[in-house]
Parts: sequence; structure tokens; C-alpha cells
Amino acid sequence: MSAGPCAIVGIGQTDHKTRRWDVSLGGLVREAATRALEDAQLTWADIDAVVLGKAPDLFEGVMKPELYLTDALGAAGKPMFRVHTAGSVGGTTGIVASHLVEAGIHRNVLAVAYQKQSEGNAQFALGSGKGASLGAGGAFAPYMRSYIQQTGAPADIGPMVAVKDRLNALKNPYAHLRLADISIEKVKASPMMWEPVRYLESCPSSDGACAVVFTDEEGGRAAASDGRPPAWVLASAVRSEPASFPGRDPVWSQGAADCAADVYRAAGLTRPREQIDCAELYVPFSWYEPMWLEAHDLADRGEGWKMVERGDTALDGAFPVNMSGGVLSSNPIGASGLLRFAEAALQVRGMAGEHQVDGAKVALAQAYGASAQYFSMWVVAGSLDAVG
Amino acid sequence: MTQPAARQPVAIVGWARTPMLRRTDKTEAHLLFDVVTGATEDAGITRADVDFSCAGSCDYVAGQAFSFVQNIDAVGAWPPKRDSHVEMDGAWALYEAWVRLQLGDIDVAIAMGSGRSSTADPATIYPMEMDPYYLAPLGADALTFAALQARVLLDAGLVTERQLAEVAARTRGDARTNPYAQVSGEYDVDALLEEEYVRAPLRRHDLAPITDGAAAVVIARGDRARELTDHPVWITGFAHSAEAHQPGVRDLRTSASARRAAKAAGADTAPIEVAELQTAFTHEEPLLAAALGLGPEVALNPSGGPLAANPVMATGLIRVIEAAQQIRDHGTQRALAHATSGPCLQQNLVAVLEGDR
Repeated sequence: MSAGPCAIVGIGQTDHKTRRWDVSLGGLVREAATRALEDAQLTWADIDAVVLGKAPDLFEGVMKPELYLTDALGAAGKPMFRVHTAGSVGGTTGIVASHLVEAGIHRNVLAVAYQKQSEGNAQFALGSGKGASLGAGGAFAPYMRSYIQQTGAPADIGPMVAVKDRLNALKNPYAHLRLADISIEKVKASPMMWEPVRYLESCPSSDGACAVVFTDEEGGRAAASDGRPPAWVLASAVRSEPASFPGRDPVWSQGAADCAADVYRAAGLTRPREQIDCAELYVPFSWYEPMWLEAHDLADRGEGWKMVERGDTALDGAFPVNMSGGVLSSNPIGASGLLRFAEAALQVRGMAGEHQVDGAKVALAQAYGASAQYFSMWVVAGSLDAVG
Repeated sequence: MTQPAARQPVAIVGWARTPMLRRTDKTEAHLLFDVVTGATEDAGITRADVDFSCAGSCDYVAGQAFSFVQNIDAVGAWPPKRDSHVEMDGAWALYEAWVRLQLGDIDVAIAMGSGRSSTADPATIYPMEMDPYYLAPLGADALTFAALQARVLLDAGLVTERQLAEVAARTRGDARTNPYAQVSGEYDVDALLEEEYVRAPLRRHDLAPITDGAAAVVIARGDRARELTDHPVWITGFAHSAEAHQPGVRDLRTSASARRAAKAAGADTAPIEVAELQTAFTHEEPLLAAALGLGPEVALNPSGGPLAANPVMATGLIRVIEAAQQIRDHGTQRALAHATSGPCLQQNLVAVLEGDR
């Protein structure tokens, strides 16, 4: 690799809500970006390029919004780049931005991802206005049923994930859903949406944005010596595969396995299960937590649900997952991937507040999209030599 | 903006375009399937040799959310592939692919662009790419904003309507030798000027056609590029830049972002012989030539440019192909390719291409 190191020195996110009618689209992304710049102690003028990510333009009814948002994001006079890789887009946005730094093309790059779901009707847009959409829950439910059938996972696993993530969200001041009285019983009493997923096992529709400031090795070291810990991007990876063809396994997909293997290898992780301290995984429906643990080789096949059952994935467990509350607690779709990536970085910076995992040095983030066929992942660490 | 000159050498080693048609019944995935096959064959490789793929397309042009997801079938992403997508012209997909190869761990990438403008009404779609609060409600489409910019140039005395007609006649005359041209022929400038305005001061000949089409470009790094071809077309400079969205706050007589992109790509460090510019309107040619520092010695859009075929979302990438073809097949040493996006040339991209010395 001729690539240089890349550090994350600024992270910002909006207050995620069902409706952020107090801000325009520009105001929403600017709220996240301003917070990221403040965290990085940089100004708009210090940013060399902006990378913008979001899921379909039909969700808000603004085509190619990078054009309009050029002004709000201080990108006039700079390169403005727009990524769209379905639900994985937030992760890909961070990765594309980090590549610009690693390749030495720019020194300081701002990545911003958002969705303002209240501006439109995602279900309508997913069906392209033709009214034929299953919705994401309907699309993923067969995969979840297949997982349960093949592993014999008990029915309570999904509700356990839902309770865990929602309790974590209470410790995250930015989280959208704050359900203090959540319980397994309550989840199981909520309406069945798409068998096996109940209402309280599903992600909300959120308005929100996330922003991350990337800089080069010199910038990262300068922040560190100034007492502002950076997160270093040890490795990133992406994989895509076709949506459907005979023989595709959408539960333990090849793309998920390959993406994980690639990012572990590039980060120098030979024993990822022991070497990774915590993970932010894209779990919009409860059952996806054990499914991704297995598909990304963080648990053996059929063992992921046992990690959930044992409480390993709880904030104080052996392998904490979605400390922030995850997608189950905030889902501004296009931003959800970058939020995972940013939360992983917050952990290794020791800046995750009440949902901090003690002593987290190496963290994993993942996002996925479309028919569970697009994957983006990265491994971040508090130091460049964190992986021994 | 930082843009050091010394980088991983990356060359264009193959490409393909679909026929450019007013309307095709082929899906975008099918169009892309054909050009991925064509471009990999042109490079002497198979889909399995491609380490990274990046596509550029637009949901609003396709009329469908997540429209690019079906297009992954064209790439042959099995086993799963490193892959990305930009909601931008394929020229920006090429930029992402070029950046990816700069990391130095993989060797071959493919960039694609695709669009079927025939399926929708541009006048309905394009107002939606404007600021949703202050500009979109005006209902002004790309043609309206282009006409405003043309008017600015006319009022400033920078062009005349006759010059615009001459651009149309010249490029469509040149397009007669381009097998991918949709509109070509011999035109009489006086006769063109007799025609009614479509939107003053623009006449029909000032506009690009509506086109369905796709394109793909294979790039490779250093030694791998030399292995694949005796005629690599090196990308020696690559940059893009944006400017304010609201046309009212810009100087529409020129393109500051195009100038910045050209400077960052090092276009001015040696003479440019040929330039392929994404000029969907005649007045954009003199405007961009001036902004990019291209003098009368530079051959502009010898392919006919977008005025001959304009498959939106692939039009910019095709400028790269046409410039590369000038180098590989016609003895040109150094060429410039340009792509643009947004109202009144809001975003501009410049690639500098050079032959093997």
C-alpha cells in the first residue's frame, strides 16, 4: 500500500427525531457539520473537500441534493462528491472520504451523510410511487425467518436485542427513540409487523445527519498532542453482490464474509473476536444483530444468538454491540451507516460519554444496504499500533 | 485545495459505449452489461480481473429509487466485488475509481455511467435538482437556466447568436464521422438563425438531444496498464470543483469552478491539443474554452460532443472516452476531458490525458 494513515479528529451528529421541522435540509446537515468542525477545532476554510452521502433522492424529493447543499456545507470553491450505495451509503461515504486523505489528494476532508425522512414517504418512494413496495421490513423478514429456522434460535432473541439497544439509547443524548420502560414483555406485546419482527423490534423513521472530519497523519498527531484524541482508520472494505440468483445465501452471504475478511486482514486482525473491543453494526431489525455477528465471522454459525442470550453484546458484556442504541434507536437512513462508523470512532477516542465501553481501543463498524447485498466496514483504533 | 502532481500512474486501457439512441427499450442494466463486456474485452481482460467497480447514475432519470441496485448485475459481482456508486455522472465514478487505485493495493478498476432520459420529461425532473425552498418552486428547468446564462454572455458581448449557431454547425458537421453520434449533418448557419427560439436566446440547434446510452472505462495501475496494452492513455491530472448553487450569486460569464479544476489537474502545465467538453448547450463551449484556458489551437469536441449525443449520467464519461480515443487512435499526445453537473455549470471536472512518450 502506498496509502498514508488517516485520522478522525471531528465527529458531529444532529439530534435525531421523527420530524426536524425546525431546520431545512441545509440546516440539518450544517448542524452535524458544525459540531464536527467544533470537535476538530477546524473552520470551514480548513476543509479541502466534502463527500456527501444519502439514500434515494426520492425520499425527500430533491434530485442530486449535493448541488443545493454545496453552499450549506461550505463546498463552494471545493470538490463536492456524492455517494449513494443504498443503506451502506453512510459507511461508504466515510470510506471514500478517508481514501482521499490516505491517497494524499486532500489533507482535511469532511464527510456528511443525512436523511430527512419527514420530508417524504419512504414506503412510497421505495415503490417508486407505484405502490408496490414491500418496505425494508418485508424484504428482510424472510432472511430473518430463515436464520431462525436454520439455527433454532429461541423466539426471545429478537426482543432481547431490541431491549438492549433501547436501553443503550437512553445513554445517548442524540438518540431518537427513548423508551425508558422497555421490557421483553412489552416488545412481545407490540404488534407483529413482518413475522418475526414486531413493532418494537423495528427501526424508526428519523430526520438526522452525521459528519466526520478526516485528516492526515500530521493532523492526527497534532490533535493527539493537543489532548484531543484522534481515531485512526486502520482499514476499510466494501463488497457488493447481486440481489438474487439461485444459490445465493442472503443470511450468511458471501459478500458479508468477504468484506469482513478483507477488513480484518487489512487491519492486521488475526483473531478479530478477541482483538475487537466493541462494534457498531447496522441492525434495523432486531434479528440482524446475531445474523451479522455470524455473517461477519464474529461468532460461529448458529452461535451468534447465544452471544445475545448470554448478554455478551450488552454495554458491559464481553463483546458490546451498538452501544449508541444503533439503527433500532435512530434511523436517518442515509446517515445511519456513517453514524455507526462515527460511534465506533467515538469509542476508541474515549468520547462516547455514558455509552462508553471502558478501555475500548479497537472498534468495528459496519453498514449494509439493498437486499443485504452492499457492505461497508471499517476498523478504527485509538492508536496506529493498537493491534498487537 | 491540494493536488500534488506525483501520483500512482493510472492509465485508461479500455472502453465501450452503447449506440446512442433517442429511445431504447433496453434496461440500464442491459446497456451496462453491453459496455462492461465491451470495455473489458477492449482491455483484454474479463470481469473477474476487475478489482473495483464504480457506477454513476441517477434515480430521478431512471424514475426509480435504488435504480442502480439492478445495475450491479451488469458488473458480474460474483464472487462479491469491491464496488461503489455515485449519484453523479460516470466521470465522477471514474474519479472515485482513480482515487481507489491511488491506494496502491489493487490494479484494475471499471467506471460506468448510464442514463435513459427517454423515459421521463426533463422539464418535469430538472427543476427538482434546484434548491427546494427558493428555486425549485419556480419550476425552472435546466434549459431555462442555460438560457439565462446564454443571455448573460450575449449581453456581455462575449458571444453572438451567430457564433452559437456556428458551434452547432461545426460540432454536428464533425459528428458525421462519429459512429456514436445521434445528431449529425451539414447545417447552414444562416438557415439555423432563421429558426424560432425554443427558449430565448436558445434555438433548437443550441440544445443537446435526448439520448439513451451508457459507457464504461477500464483503468489500470502502472505496470499492469503496460501489461494490458501497448497504448495506455495515462491520467496525469484529475480534479473537480463546485461553486455556489444559486446562479444569482455567481459570475455567469465564466466558470470559476472549471478554472479551478483545470488548474488542480495541471492542465496548464503543457499544451492541450484536443478537448472534449460536456457542453449540452452551444454557449457553454466558448465559455468553458475561455475558463479552461483553451486557445484557438485546441480542437474542441471533434466527436461532436454532447450536441451530437447526450446520454445524461454517461455524457461526461464519454468525454473521457473521446479524449482517450484521440490519443490512442489519432496520434494526439495530450488531451483534456471535462464533465459538468448542476445549473449553469455548477460543478466541473477535468481530466488530463496523455499518451505514452
